Amino acid sequence: MKVPVRWLKDYVDIDLPPAELARRLTMAGTETSMMSLGQGWQGVVIGEIIAIEPHPDADRLRLVTVDLAAEKQTVVCGAPNLYWGDKIAFAAVGTELIDGHTGEKAVLKKVKIRGVVSCGMVCSEKELGISDSHEGIMVLPPEAPLGASLADFLGDVVLDLEVTPNRPDLLSVTGVAREVAALTGKSAYVSELELDYEGESIEKQISVEIADTDLCPRYCASLIAGIEIGESPELMKQHLASAGMRPINNIVDITNYVMLEYGQPLHGFDYNKIGDKKIIVRRARDGEVMISLDGVERKLSRDMLVIGDSRRAVAIGGVMGAANSEVDEKTTAILLEAASFKPSSIHFTSRKLGLVSEASMRFERAIRAELTLPALKRATQLIIQIAGGKAARGLIDVYPGRREPEPILLRPERVNKVLGVDFSPERIESALVALGFHMKKASSAEGLLVNTPYWRSDISIEEDLIEEVARIIGYDNIPTTILSGMIPPQSGNPAVKLRERVNDILTGFGFQEVITYSLTSREVMAKLSQGLLEPEPLPLANAMTVEQGCLRTSLRGNLLIALESNRRHENGTIMLYELGRIYLTLGSDLPEEPEILCGLLSGSGEDKIWHGRREAIGFFDAKGVVEGLLSRLGLGAEYEEGDDKGLMAGRQATITVGGERIGVVGELHPAVAEAFDITGEVYLFEMEMAALLPHTLGHKTFQPIPRFPAVVRDIALVLDNSISNKQVIDFIKGFSLVQEVALFDVYIGKQLPSGKKSLAYRINFQSSKHTMTDEEVDKVQQKILNKLSGELGVSLRV
Amino acid sequence: MSISQKLEEIRKAATTELEAAGDAKKLEEWRIRYLGKKSRLNEVLRSLSRLSLDEKKTVGAAANRLKVELEEWLGQKERAVRRDRMEASAAEKGIDISLPGRPFPAGRLHPVTQVYREIDAIFTSMGFEVVEGPEVEWDYYNFEALNIPAEHPARDTMATLWIDSEEKDNGKTRLLRTHTSPMQVRVMEQKSPPVRIVVPGKVYRYEATDATHIPMFHQLEGLAVDKGITLADLKGTLYEFACRFFGKDRRVRFRCDYFPFVEPGVEMAIECAVCKGDGCRLCGNSGWIEILGAGMVHPRILERVGIDPEVYTGFAFGMGIERMPMLRYGIDDIRLFYGSDLRFLRQF
Ligand SMILES: [Zn+2]
Repeated sequence: MKVPVRWLKDYVDIDLPPAELARRLTMAGTETSMMSLGQGWQGVVIGEIIAIEPHPDADRLRLVTVDLAAEKQTVVCGAPNLYWGDKIAFAAVGTELIDGHTGEKAVLKKVKIRGVVSCGMVCSEKELGISDSHEGIMVLPPEAPLGASLADFLGDVVLDLEVTPNRPDLLSVTGVAREVAALTGKSAYVSELELDYEGESIEKQISVEIADTDLCPRYCASLIAGIEIGESPELMKQHLASAGMRPINNIVDITNYVMLEYGQPLHGFDYNKIGDKKIIVRRARDGEVMISLDGVERKLSRDMLVIGDSRRAVAIGGVMGAANSEVDEKTTAILLEAASFKPSSIHFTSRKLGLVSEASMRFERAIRAELTLPALKRATQLIIQIAGGKAARGLIDVYPGRREPEPILLRPERVNKVLGVDFSPERIESALVALGFHMKKASSAEGLLVNTPYWRSDISIEEDLIEEVARIIGYDNIPTTILSGMIPPQSGNPAVKLRERVNDILTGFGFQEVITYSLTSREVMAKLSQGLLEPEPLPLANAMTVEQGCLRTSLRGNLLIALESNRRHENGTIMLYELGRIYLTLGSDLPEEPEILCGLLSGSGEDKIWHGRREAIGFFDAKGVVEGLLSRLGLGAEYEEGDDKGLMAGRQATITVGGERIGVVGELHPAVAEAFDITGEVYLFEMEMAALLPHTLGHKTFQPIPRFPAVVRDIALVLDNSISNKQVIDFIKGFSLVQEVALFDVYIGKQLPSGKKSLAYRINFQSSKHTMTDEEVDKVQQKILNKLSGELGVSLRV
Repeated sequence: MSISQKLEEIRKAATTELEAAGDAKKLEEWRIRYLGKKSRLNEVLRSLSRLSLDEKKTVGAAANRLKVELEEWLGQKERAVRRDRMEASAAEKGIDISLPGRPFPAGRLHPVTQVYREIDAIFTSMGFEVVEGPEVEWDYYNFEALNIPAEHPARDTMATLWIDSEEKDNGKTRLLRTHTSPMQVRVMEQKSPPVRIVVPGKVYRYEATDATHIPMFHQLEGLAVDKGITLADLKGTLYEFACRFFGKDRRVRFRCDYFPFVEPGVEMAIECAVCKGDGCRLCGNSGWIEILGAGMVHPRILERVGIDPEVYTGFAFGMGIERMPMLRYGIDDIRLFYGSDLRFLRQF
């Protein structure tokens, strides 16, 4: 809401600088900034047209001589509305103006137009940035002082209020005046008018019926005949323009002006176009069609409210009028409507039709039905004053939704209890009185019975009043205290703790954490499993783009996209991970949102390092990360061949902890890599945090450090390719006195028969009771070898 | 030549030669010559037996003294030679220390994670516990239960991404939560006061992407409900947060604001770091940077979850997370957070 301070001063005395006014409004709940009107008007002065002569060389141009008090200037001008004696705004050469044609700012230069030199310009409203009007020059009122700067005469500060949805009363100049009055210790003067009626009674000339009273609690109207459509007075046009509305004609301008003044939208019908002089406020019929004022055909439905005459809709109630009853140059009688509509219905209708208007914005914020009459009277009076004509006797006021407002009980001790203050009842009362609340002591002496002023629609409970008190006294006057109650028992949230540990471990390993959008496309999800979309991702009903059309069922897609885009500028090793949710559909219920850890590693070994090359990233790097991570979490894992469609068969393993499958590690399937435009191998690991979590809880038991030294033996074995390392290790570990077995070499090659490989192990033999002798160790080792040979066909490599 | 003259001669020769000996080999030769079994000093010591008891005493003592002296000199010289050798070899082994170190991959947390840790820690220390909630939410928790019924104008300020069509009208409409506030209701449904929680998490909006808008971002919600909680407590708690997070020298401002689920409503802002309150482009000329919205929990919400607002009061707050690193590091494009560009992420 833009409020020119000059206009505001019609309703409240202002002796504070605008900046302080803006600050107080901001602190009290409505963020307010300031704009200066006329900041760019240096060099524009008020002049008077003292001569108009034809241009010697152009029919449509004229030579205008302007008296500027200090000097006289003759300029070339093409405006149609040049009249001798008019006061105008004159810009000298060098002034920065808005070009009437291009709309851009430009510095005015001395020019020669068809052979005549022109030093300066008579300005239009558009050139001064007042409005879009460029048809003619701006004519100033006769009292404009000759030779004075235009900025001094017309310049103003405009307050720009960001009105919150609960305060439709601040979408009006009088509402802002009341707020300013309360915040500055003044009173606002907004008085209700009494109209002079003439002529026949309105009831004889129009009938109004509300068929759907739930959507329209009140309908008021006046009728003014004998009016003449024309331009509005300059001051009204300026107020409208500085408030951001374009002046159109006197009737439209007056309805807009009063809407800005009182916050009550009004609509003027051409009375002669109302069929059978009947207004019926009713639901639209399904499929009913109406052409709105902006020339668009609107398809209506039963959940919208229309204002109809005997035959057709003449307006969409509270949203926009119809072209069929529009006021035009030939209009001589106006039926002026001031009504009240159900906010949710207006919100629905305006969104459904994509039609957000100044009117709908006010109605959907629940302006009070009590505003209708004062605004209607004011507009009727202005029409008579400005457009001539006579008002029919009386006003229409159909008010089926009348409800007596209930006073609200306000207990001063409750105010103090909620705010943490010690305000006296008097202080509380005077804050509310400043805002226009009326009150009396409650009969039970519990507190005050507060009546809300008719323009406020946001006050319904005691807390609302407490906020009013707090914001008028000022939040700065509320102390700052620390919570004093008992700290509630804490559960320690182990899932959050685990995430923190995993983050620390992986960044410690050198991984970069990324966070990516949970929104993705079906295409990306399908690419991950080579075209098979499983599970089916949860789609959005109103996706912004196809790329963000559904919720991800895997973190892999975005990580691969991240890898690919980083590959454009990174040649070296890239290690990324994300810890985030995926979304798994559960019918029409809320989806499951398991938290997933997904990491990927990619590197060709091409990193150029001066002290040698890094090895290419491989499966065992990825597995090493998983092992390292789990080991840091105090866990051991089993690895078995996996069958993940997105990974390469034979080069992937499932990770099992405590008998539960928690994830996978492996090489990305080359077809998937290709689908994401990635060249080279990519390794990834993936774990479900909820599966991991239970295994990380609880504490381990300390293992004593062995008292007797271990005897270390290395053995190299030759065995079938089909026997896994794990089988051998499990086998050897089965023998007593074997404390640890570790693989230290793998050989597959020419020196071995085909189908065979060699694995070398370091075995630690250790007893908890004594230092082992060589003979003892020999015996165990021989037993192991014999059994390996007998049961697995493994031989010692020599 | 008397024995003492002999001893003097030995001392002189030994001193001169020791001075000249420059390496371990020379020192060993010297040791054999002057302290070995066949050394002149040993000869002198052996010849003592032929002397009288008195002479034995004086000469013997002098000879032994010389022996001790020579051993000491040798020790000193040996240490000096070793030190010289170390210095010489250090000079030989000198390296160009300006060469880069062997790379050790340095991983980093996403800046949003880093900020969450900082903020969580501040509130945890004040007795708040971290809890989390679903991102796909019922219309009920995201709007209805927070006093934002259908067709409420406040819905327009939170453009929503819907899972089910918005018009589905059975109260079972799913959406992507537009704020972390639904957890206020979910937590209070589960727990009875006292409650002190913070809720970090992702939130979503129907927004076209540009430098200041993205469809997904992060928030942190806070809630405290107990007997006797006041607006002054809200101010104190959030003031403490602002001091710890932004530093004690930044001024903090509390003003009235509107959110349907609190009453009275509060906005907290801190002084703009760029202009120190004078107004600049960053703060939209206001001199203040809005940090969070807050307020006293609306009595209707307490009633809805079965908490008696006459007995209990509470406050709630919610803040955007990306804003914090943007302000701190001067990041001017919010899209960078989720573009996964390593050149961006490695800066934090
Ligand atoms: Zn600033």
